[in-house]
Formats: sequence, structure tokens, C-alpha cells
Amino acid sequence: MTGATATREHALTPAPRGGRRLHRFERSAIGGVLVREMINFSSYWRSTTFSSTLEPTIYLLAFGFGLGSLVSSVGNGISYEEFVGTGMVAMAVLFSSAMPSMFGTFVKYQFQRTYDAILAAPVDTEELVTAEALWMAMRASVYGCAPLLVAMAFGLDPSWGMLAVPAINFTAGFGWSCFGIAIAAFLKSIDNFSYVTSAVITPLFLVAGTFWPIDQLPEWGQVLAQLNPLYHCVELVRHAAFGWEGWGDVGHFTALVGFGLVTWRIAIHGMTRKLID
Amino acid sequence: MSDPSPAIRLRGVVKRYGPITAVNGLDLDVPPGTCVGLLGPNGAGKSTTMRLLTAQAIADEGELDVLGYELPGESKQARAECGVVPQLDNLDTTLTVEQNLIVFAHLYRVPRADRGAAVQRALEIANLTERRDTKVDELSGGMRRRLLIARGLVHRPRLVLLDEPTVGLDPQVRQELWALIDNLRSQGISILMSTHYIEEAERLCDTVTIMSHGSEVAKGRPSDLVLEHAGREVIEVYGPPPRLAEVEADALNAGLRTRRTGTSITVLGAGANGDAPEGERRPANLEDVFVLLTGEEIA
Repeated sequence: MTGATATREHALTPAPRGGRRLHRFERSAIGGVLVREMINFSSYWRSTTFSSTLEPTIYLLAFGFGLGSLVSSVGNGISYEEFVGTGMVAMAVLFSSAMPSMFGTFVKYQFQRTYDAILAAPVDTEELVTAEALWMAMRASVYGCAPLLVAMAFGLDPSWGMLAVPAINFTAGFGWSCFGIAIAAFLKSIDNFSYVTSAVITPLFLVAGTFWPIDQLPEWGQVLAQLNPLYHCVELVRHAAFGWEGWGDVGHFTALVGFGLVTWRIAIHGMTRKLID
Repeated sequence: MSDPSPAIRLRGVVKRYGPITAVNGLDLDVPPGTCVGLLGPNGAGKSTTMRLLTAQAIADEGELDVLGYELPGESKQARAECGVVPQLDNLDTTLTVEQNLIVFAHLYRVPRADRGAAVQRALEIANLTERRDTKVDELSGGMRRRLLIARGLVHRPRLVLLDEPTVGLDPQVRQELWALIDNLRSQGISILMSTHYIEEAERLCDTVTIMSHGSEVAKGRPSDLVLEHAGREVIEVYGPPPRLAEVEADALNAGLRTRRTGTSITVLGAGANGDAPEGERRPANLEDVFVLLTGEEIA
């Protein structure tokens, strides 16, 4: 019944049946999704890297030298430039994880239907969401270091603690990526994203301690800060640069891990609802 | 082939979306090594059935068995041995032809040592070896569809699900794809293909299942279905609308079945006892059966 040539036959004969039992979380499934992202990244990394480095430089120039001329120091002998330079790490993490995952996720399931293609392969929604968040977290981990490097160019002294910054960024970035995926899963239109950016993300800056210390804020602001992952990231990065604060930092880190775990499960739940009928 | 268990076996499958029942008690069998066509007008439940088979939709009732794996529980295992060609093109358009295949070689767990050969093989199947470094958005519609098919074959699946594989393509490209699909079948790969192109089903499928409103209305070899439901020959009568209405009424009075085909009316099973209207005789075909069984609203 096989009428084709020998080479064609070899080309199409089914592979021997794989008897291996597939598990709930497969390294190869997550690896496959990561490979897709990396190959895609190779086609657009220049523009992303450009904006990720330029933005903190502009902010640093604007705030550091603009406001910095009015504010000489923020206490503990830290200059305002150093204060903003370290604070902006958390902001860079947020902007390189939450934003691209909100828009990227929406585009990938709604317009490009990429997720339909991936889920037809032996990859489950849980693995897909986890891999996408890991990828964004890795990116955020690297791009989050840009403000620190820029600040160093403007005089911030390097310290050993700064070596922990990529790990802090990764943890915070994972949470923010999951947050972005969850938003994309629950919102029906890409136009609604502006509600999230203006009503959720922008106010977070107010109580994050990026541009001014939160102990200057009224009581309510300080309480809100405790619920703000951005604040915990800002604190950890500053302490990494200027000196650790023991159990306080353990608390900040725990808050970031908790944020990541909760948003991770919500993102998986939301995407499963969206992708599986 | 040697494996006697069916490639796909569905029993009493029901899938509802709110008040709409998209699939309503569907039974479907794909014997190993055969090509089965799923025929039906738009909205008959073909695409939902395809999504059920990859567990991208979860059935409300019924049994689903794909390559011996029970769905949805063992669906990941089934998907690993199954190739899927979706109706809507979801290639990564900013990547090259080769990069698209590499990504899916990873997703389908092709071992590292075999990956290069697997990609090369897929390029050859799709006849895109010369285009390996071309970005997808620079390919023609036909090339993109070939790549979409090759992407689903990169791991040498035992079963291929084709959802409307030639929809929206011109006749030359369609024929080219038919050759490709026929080649898969001749290699002993099991195929389930949904389509609403009758000619496609007639040419490629060993058996077809005709669906309407979410369930099967007929099943069998295309030629058997034609003989059973439409007879050997039909008479096609052309004319102005009043004339067609007249022919229709006469045929109904004579106990014959008819179908409208836009500009003409087709009288089925006529001529056996000399009461045939004047018209053009032609062999009955699957389209006659299709329209007869699924109603006039052909997609």
C-alpha cells in the first residue's frame, strides 16, 4: 500500500511509540516554550535593550540632577542620585515584566493564536504560563540592573551586596509577569489595559519609596506600602547596595515570594479559563 | 497496519457552550492507517470536535480515546504522538521557516541528536528547503500552509488532525496539498480531516462522517454514501425560478427527492420508471448527499 519512494517513506514513517510517562510539570515543555521566546527575542532584543537602558538614564538625569539640586541627601549619607538610582531598579523590573507580559500575552492568544499552537503540542496551560513568567522574570532580572549600572556611571559605589540584585529582580519580576498574564487573562479588550496602568500601576509608585522615602508619607501611605510588592523590591535593592537589615530583609523577600506564588496560581487559573473551553 | 486499536474512538461525546450544544452525542472512529473526513456545514461542530481531541476543549459527556489514551486525563501523552494542523494560521510570522520548525521540534520533545534531521525532513516534506531562512511573513499563502502542515509532522506523529487544511487557497495550491496529504496516508499515518470541500473529502478520505448540528447523520465510504442516498445518477434542470418551482413540485409528487443548487434544481433517483423531467443527466456525487442530509445551507 506504500506507493511512495523510499526516501519519502523514511521521511514520514511514524516514530516508534514513546512509552515514557509524561508528568504534570515537564522540563522539556517549559524548555520548549523558553526556546520559542529566546528565538523570538533574537529578532527584537536591540530595541528592547535600547529602551531599557535609555529610560533609566533619562529618569536619573531628570530626577537625580533636577530634584537632586534641591535635595542634597536623604539621610544615612546617601545622595539623592544614589537613592533614585537604586529605587529605579524596582521600576525597571516592573516595566520589563508586568507591561510586556500584559500586552504580549494578550497578543499571543488573541491575535497571533500562538498559545493555541503550543497547547496542541504536549504542553499544558500550567507549563505554558510558568515558562512565560520565567522568561519574563529572566529578562527583568537583567534589565533591572540597568539603572544600577547607570547610577554607577554617575558615581554610585559598587558593593558586594549588589550581586544579589539579579536574584531580587528575578523574584519580583516573576510576580509581576504573573500579574501581567492574569490581567491579560481576565480583561476582555486590550483597550481596558489603560485602566490597569493608570489605576493600579501608577499609584503603586506613590507608596513604593522610589523617588522619596515612604517614612515621609502619612500613616495610611506607610500601611499601603506594606501591601505593595514594588516597595519590598525597592527596599531590598537599597539594602543590597547600602547594607542589609537582617530580618527586615527576610520579610521583604518573603513578601516578594508570596506575591509571586499568589499571582502565579491566579495567572494559571485565568489562562486555563481563557484557553481551554 | 499492525496496531489494531483505533487511532480515534469517540462515544456519545457532548460539548455545550452555555445554551448551545456544539457537539451532541457524537460517535466517531478513525481506524489506524486510514483517512477519515469530517464533513459538515459551518457550525456543525467540526472545529469543536477537533479541539476536543487535543483537550483544548473538555467534553461534558462521553468517552474520548486517542491513540489508546483516554482524554482528557492522558491527553498530553496523546498530543505527544499526534500532529495538529489548525485551521487558522498561527505560525510565528517574525521567525524564519526553519526557526518555526526548530521551536516545534523542541515542543514535541524531538531528542537533541535528532532535531537537525527532523527539521530537515520537515523542510523536505513542505518543499521549503530553499526557503529555510525566509521569514514567514514573506511566504505566499500556499507556502505558509505547507509549513503549517510540516510543523505538525516534525516529530513523525502516528495520527494527524487536519482542520480545514485547504480553506481559502486557490485550486493549484489545494491540489498540491492534496498530494501531500495523500502521501501521508500512503505511509500508514492515520488522519482525521475536517473539511467542507466535498471534492477534498471524496478524493482523500477512506470514509467520511457527515455531521449536522453536532452529531453524525451518515457515515461510510464516499462512493457507498452516494449510492445509498443519491443513487447512481441525478438530473439537473436549469431554468427560470417559476420553471424550477414547477419541476420541484412535480418531483415531490412523484416521490422523488430534490435539492436546490442556486441556478438549478437537482432531482435525485429519477429516471428509473421513465418519469424523469427534461434535464442534464450526471453521476450523483457526494455533494448531493451532503446537501440532502445537512439541509440546504451549504457553507
